[in-house]
Parts: sequence; C-alpha cells; structure tokens
Amino acid sequence: MSDAIDEQVAEELAAADAVRPEEFEHAICIRGLVNQFGDTIIHDHLDLDVRSGEILGVVGGSGTGKSVLMRSIIGLQTPTSGEIEVYGKTLDTISDEEESRDLRRRWGVMFQGGALFSTLSVAENIQVPLREFYPRTDQKLLDEIAAYKVAMVGLPPDAGPKYPAELSGGMVKRAGLARSLALDPALLFLDEPTAGLDPIGAAKFDELIRELADTMGLTVFLITHDLDSLYATCDRVAVLAEKKVIAVGTIPELLATEHPWIQDYFNGPRGRAAASGNQTAKRR
Amino acid sequence: MVARADFEQSEGAGGTDIRFTGRLTLARLGDLPTRLDALGPIATLDLSALERIDTVGAWIVTRTVKEHGAKVTGASPEAQRLLDALASDKSEYRVHRDRRPPLTRMLEQVGTASVGVWNELLGIIGFFGAMIMALGTQLRARRRLRWHAIVTRFQTVGLDALPIIGLMTFLIGIVVAQQGAVQLRQFGLEVFTVNLVGRASIRELGLLMTAIMVAGRSGSAFAAQIGTMKLTEEIDAMRTIGVSPMEAIVLPRVAAATILMPLLGFYASICAIIGGGVFCWIGLDIPPVTYVQLLRDIIPMTDFWAMLIKAPVFGILIGVTGCYEGMQVRQNAEEVGKRTTSAVVAAIFLVIVLDAMFAVFFSSIGWN
Repeated sequence: MSDAIDEQVAEELAAADAVRPEEFEHAICIRGLVNQFGDTIIHDHLDLDVRSGEILGVVGGSGTGKSVLMRSIIGLQTPTSGEIEVYGKTLDTISDEEESRDLRRRWGVMFQGGALFSTLSVAENIQVPLREFYPRTDQKLLDEIAAYKVAMVGLPPDAGPKYPAELSGGMVKRAGLARSLALDPALLFLDEPTAGLDPIGAAKFDELIRELADTMGLTVFLITHDLDSLYATCDRVAVLAEKKVIAVGTIPELLATEHPWIQDYFNGPRGRAAASGNQTAKRR
Repeated sequence: MVARADFEQSEGAGGTDIRFTGRLTLARLGDLPTRLDALGPIATLDLSALERIDTVGAWIVTRTVKEHGAKVTGASPEAQRLLDALASDKSEYRVHRDRRPPLTRMLEQVGTASVGVWNELLGIIGFFGAMIMALGTQLRARRRLRWHAIVTRFQTVGLDALPIIGLMTFLIGIVVAQQGAVQLRQFGLEVFTVNLVGRASIRELGLLMTAIMVAGRSGSAFAAQIGTMKLTEEIDAMRTIGVSPMEAIVLPRVAAATILMPLLGFYASICAIIGGGVFCWIGLDIPPVTYVQLLRDIIPMTDFWAMLIKAPVFGILIGVTGCYEGMQVRQNAEEVGKRTTSAVVAAIFLVIVLDAMFAVFFSSIGWN
C-alpha cells in the first residue's frame, strides 16, 4: 500500500474516532431552540432529549413545526437561536468540513416523499451515500451491499434495477428507508413514514422499523400523525404544542397528563381505536 | 486507540482459522475484504474479539460463510442478530439491468430512435388534429375563446421577446450587409447590397430568426410548464373537473404564438433592414433617405405577403410542438428537461423544413 493511501486511511480513522455514538446517553440534546419565520414563531425555547437506542415518536397538530424541528437538527434549517447537540456536537459551530461530514455519516434521513433521486435506480440510490463517503469501496461489495439492503427493507428481488417512477408508493418508502440506512447510521430520522400507505402497508412498515431498530441498534426520531404507528413502534412520545415540547414520555405516562390537546389526541375516536387495536394485537 | 478492522489467521485442520479484531464496520473496513478473498479455504470465523460489527461487517462474515462453508464462533448477541437478519439467500436480488451484447444494443438503439422520430411526427400531426377538433367543439358549443389566457401569453411570448429579437436581427442585418458589400464590391455593384438586405430580411431572415427565438423562448416554456403540470397531476385534475386541457392550456398558447408570429416577424424584418441601413450609411455612404427609396423600388409586395403567410404557420408549428412535448411528459423531472429540449429541436427543424417547402412553392407560383 502506498504512503498516500496509508495517510488517507489514517485520516479516515481519526475522523471515525471523533464521534462514538455508543458513549452518549442522549443522541440528541436540544436546548432553548427558537425558530422564527418573519413574525411567525414556530418554536419558542423548545427543549428535547432523545435517548440513545430509543424510538422517539414526535406528534403534534399540523403546523406545529415537527418537520422544521427535524430540519433544524439535521442542519437544513438554521435556528434563530438555541443549541442543538447531536452526539455532543453542534452543527452550527462545526467549522471543519471533515467534522460535519463525520456527523452526517452518523445519521440517515428518510423524507416524507421518499426523495429518491429520480434519475438513478433504487440500487444506485442506495449506493450514493456509500460512494460519497467511501469512494474506494469496490463495485462488487457496493452491489452486494445494495442487494442486501434492498432485501432488509423488504423490497422484492427485482426492485434493485428499477427506477423510482416504476415503484408503488409503499415501495418508494421502503427504498427511501434503504437509502437512509446505507451507511449503517446510529441515528435515523423518519418524516411521516407511513403517510399515504394503506393500513396493511403501514402496519408492515411499522413492524419493519421496529425490527430494524432492534437488529441494528438504531436511535429513531420518528415524526408521525399515525396513532397506530405510535402504539406499535415508539418507546417514548414527544408532544409538540404551544411552540414547545409540552410532554415527553411513554403513552401511559402521557395519558396521565391533564393537557387538553394530549387528551383530545389520544382519547379522540381515532386514538381510542388505535389503543384498543393495539391491545387486541398484544393479547394475540 | 481504536483499531481498524483486521484479522489474525492460524492454520487449522480444515483450512485457515480467522479471528477478527477491532471494529468490523463500514468505516473501518479498508482493504479487509480483498485480503480475506485472497486466502485459501477458511474453516472458522471467530468474532469473539470484535469490538463492534455493523451490517456491512455482518455481510462480509455471511459472504465468507457461504463461499467457504466456514463456521462462525463467538458471536455476541448483537452480532448474531445481524447475522440472522442477513442469513437468507440474497443471490436472486438483482442490482443491475440485464445487458445485451453491444451489436444488438446498437441496432436496437438505432431502431428505437427511428421508430421514435416517426412516432413523434405522427404524434405532432395527431395532436394538431385533436387541437383543431377541440377548437371546433368549442366554437360549435358557442363557448367563447379564452381571450384572457391568450392575452396573458402576449406579454411573455411577444412583448418580453422584443428587445432580444430586435437586437439579434439588427446585428444580423449589419452582418449580411457587410458580407454582401465585400462580395459585390468586386463587381463595383455595392449599391446592390440594399437589394440583398432588403429582400433577404423581409422574405426570410427576419421571420426565420424570430421563429428560432420564439421556439427557444416560448416553445420551451410551453413544454416545461405543461410538463410540470402533468407531473403534479394538474392536467388530470383539470380533466376530472370537466375542463378540457386542450381548451384551457393548449389553445391559448398556440393562439398566442400564431397571432404574435406575424407581428414579431415583421418587427424583426424591420430591425434587420435598419441594421443593414446603418451599415449602408456608414460603410457605403448611402444616406437613409436614398436607402428607403431604393427599398421601395426593390422589395415587391409579394415578399411581404410571403412573410405574412408563413408567419402564422410557423407560430402554429412552434406552439403545437411545445404543447405536444409538454403533454408527453411522464414519470419524472428528467423527462421535463428531455421533452423541453426536443420541443425546441423539433420546432426549429420543422420550421426550416417548412420554410424550404414554402420557398419552392412561392417561386413556382411566380413570386420571385
């Protein structure tokens, strides 16, 4: 091996040491987050902790800034003020390109519409992050990785060479999930993963997320409107209302709170249906 | 210090025994797969010394197990979970499309392209027919034309194009006059430069340049707008509401292009003539008054009529091609770009072909 490559490897190793997800109790720490568009305040001194290894569901009415919160964490949206730490690092203060790349490597993001690159096949979509971060990986291994990721998210064997336009809505979501898992991230962001799926497809997707999180030891930040998803997958749920996180906890804990919105949400007709459905499922 | 993924090897009974060390993860992989592949038969894989393993590491293990029939020992519960998840057979999972031999592929491409051009032509003609029928239905049902939609296009197709078309044809007028003058001077007939500029501008150049510009500016815009509307299902929504996209989207655009082409063409011709005049005045000492008088003698009225007959036809052609290509958009955003390009290319090509046919036609009826 030549010296130049040795040096590159050493650099990569140093970068890989910079963040060690398993050492952190909290994957994400948000303190005093303020987001403001013009006169509209979306978040007003919002605090939230996401524990390592948990699936945290984030719920809230439309327009309460769930997606904005996610975009702030992953650095697509610069907050007006406040601090967001992901594995002890703040994206804002990272000036070093390498360091920010290293942080980005630790998370996978699945956007609401899948956001697959429409000119690339599913397999190529999965390989994009791999090529970006590990350009020296050989093609055979890349193909094998793409193939087993396709299998892991439950896509059919012939899905790899297909283009996003040839896939159904549910398959696009699974392909999006496969791409977000390409780098084996420790942290996974999912924006309404079950929106637009039929109940059977949604239930299967919930199962898949739970299963993958257990197998790969993922921390999951799950934005959802889907009460069934909350019951089926989440360890804890954070409720966004009044420009803050008004409560975080397991669903029984939330049900014990007096807040009217939470009561409406979980004890409304849909909430009750989801709860009873979940109990029947558990009894079975 | 965290070690990168590595392994120790020792020779056992059934082959090499491998003991992985460090972290068997994507970030630490390095050239481990290559080194592992280079080894002979492998008997056991010991995972007990691993600090961490991810799906890529688990895949490397699974792959080796499959290739060598090796046994895995010392897997931690986490590692075992990953291995179990990857254990099923992945060989039928495909990544690439099937490839055909180059010759077949080339022939296939030539064939597809030829059929594509033919279908495109048929498509445009069919689309034109459908548009005429839509116009017929609209008039028969005594629904008023959507003048508002048409007039809105006047701004973008016509008014906004004036500066660029004017400047372009003005410069072309100068260039034609200058080049012509150089040649004609050899015979001492510089004054005929006026003939050249005058007739060429009115009959061909002004209109042709305008057509090219309108195809590039507006034909492409039609295709892109309609293509995007197709993608966002706006066109489908329109149909379900009972609004005919032909009436609401296509006709106003084609009408605007058709009405504006003669105006823009005439304007362009005048700009070219002014450009030529400027050169004649400065380069050949022909004062503007003489220039205009000469033009009146030289340019027959038939040239003007020829231009006015051709212009709306070109307008229809550009509008129809743009709208047709836009309507053909399916699937993805890339398609919008592709269709926009082919709208411009097809429109310019067809305009020039038609122009040649017009030239033959006009000269055969004696409009020289």
